[in-house]
Amino acid sequence: MSDTLAMGGYGAYVWSSFGLTLIVLIICVVQGARRHRTVFKDVKTRIRAMESNQ
Amino acid sequence: MSSQDTRRPGILSGFLAVIRRDVLLAWKRPGDVLNPLFFFAMVSTLFPLAIGPSPEQLRFSGPGVVWVAALLATLLSLNSLFLSDHEDGSLDQLILSPQPLPLLALAKALAHWLTTGLPLVLVSPLIAVTFQMPAGSIDIMMLTLTFGTISLSLLGSIGAALTVGLHRGTALLSLLILPLAMPILIFGARTVSLSAANDAVAAGIYLLAAYCMLALTLAPFATAAALRISNE
Amino acid sequence: MWTWFHKLASPPHFYGLAAKMIPWFAIPGILLVAYGTYAGLFAAPADYQQGDAFRIIYVHVPAAYLSMMTYMVMAISAAIGLIWRIKLSHAVAAAAAPLGAWFTFLALITGSIWGRPMWGTWWEWGDPRLTSQLLMLFIYFGYMALRAAIDDPAKADKASGILAMVGAVNIPIIHFSVEWWSSLHQGATLVREGGPAMPVEMLYPLLMNIFGFTFIFGALLLGRIRTEVLFRERRKRWVHNLVFPDGAQA
Repeated sequence: MSDTLAMGGYGAYVWSSFGLTLIVLIICVVQGARRHRTVFKDVKTRIRAMESNQ
Repeated sequence: MSSQDTRRPGILSGFLAVIRRDVLLAWKRPGDVLNPLFFFAMVSTLFPLAIGPSPEQLRFSGPGVVWVAALLATLLSLNSLFLSDHEDGSLDQLILSPQPLPLLALAKALAHWLTTGLPLVLVSPLIAVTFQMPAGSIDIMMLTLTFGTISLSLLGSIGAALTVGLHRGTALLSLLILPLAMPILIFGARTVSLSAANDAVAAGIYLLAAYCMLALTLAPFATAAALRISNE
Repeated sequence: MWTWFHKLASPPHFYGLAAKMIPWFAIPGILLVAYGTYAGLFAAPADYQQGDAFRIIYVHVPAAYLSMMTYMVMAISAAIGLIWRIKLSHAVAAAAAPLGAWFTFLALITGSIWGRPMWGTWWEWGDPRLTSQLLMLFIYFGYMALRAAIDDPAKADKASGILAMVGAVNIPIIHFSVEWWSSLHQGATLVREGGPAMPVEMLYPLLMNIFGFTFIFGALLLGRIRTEVLFRERRKRWVHNLVFPDGAQA
């Protein structure tokens, strides 16, 4: 187990690279989903406001 | 544009008229020409002041410094390429005129070079001498700067057309143009370095000339398209 | 055939279709990357020159490849939007840009981390690919900055479209010039992936990851295009019906 972690002495470099990749991918997913929800909510609010103004 | 012609102005006369107008405007406002030149000289001065006056360092960094200073000075002057036209409405006239807009865009870019790039090239030997550049390299430097500043005026006119009238246009213009201008900087500065080291410069000169040709043929179309979009 | 294409360009139709397509991209992508990463980390033999550090290749190369591919997607869809005036195409370009910037950033960081044990420094100007990637990042930022600076959305689409196309012409030139520039500098150690020829056991995880990441990119892009479309069409009837399906306000 410690062998795989050590990666021949380069462990910190290898694992941080893969870790960062995972983090960036997760950020992309979360950011995208959040923005979508925000846009959806804003559209809803706006339509409600428009229709209650009529 | 000329009141003497009763026929419609031709393509060449339209082209020349735009160049003549911009050069005359710059002549009437010498600051437009002198400010970038002073900027060029001052930026070149910054480096020895910041890094130290040792002759070897100067000789080593000379080509790069001159080129970076030329790049920055040109960028600074690009923002106003279409700005005054945009403000007083002559940009609309330019777009509506019967001559092909890419041709007029080319004229604007060349006029810009005549009033910014060309003076820069002519002043560059003075800067080069302060950097202990050998005489043979100064010729090469002027040649590379000529091709380079023409390319920059053309490439920059695209950026200027895209950002005309935008809030904080200058910074945005620089951000857009700088990465795209890297090849010009690389080919130009490195060729001068090679010349100072008595290495072969043919490759760099050809590359610069090729880029210049590409810019001359393609940039006007992009600038024209950008002008139409920005002016809507 | 054209009716299919026309339907594809219709925002409401695309919105629904994209939702269905996302799992078809996400799941194969995740599986491919999972297997490729596992194989790359544990199954592939260590490089004779770089030891286990070379394994970073399995994330660095996909990121670098995607940063280029995303730019192509961006430039081509911008061109399609400008030439054929298809609004959806502009939405694709807008959606692709942030993803491209992220991948470029990832390529830079993993490249730098990889370089540390190899060159001894966190940054090596002499490596042409690292420098090229840096310039790519600036180009992405410029594109997004131009979009943000223009208020009118149609104008922003067109102006950034021109910029994307100008960039597309310039990027090969930039790559070439940086290669030329670094080749003049003696002693620049180019990072050769795994040596002159990659053995199969090293190669197949790389290919799996490249494909896998591309699929994941596809899923991410489809999601973001949907959001763009939703935002751009927010005043249209079909969006009203989407948000309040029964016509009544919930």
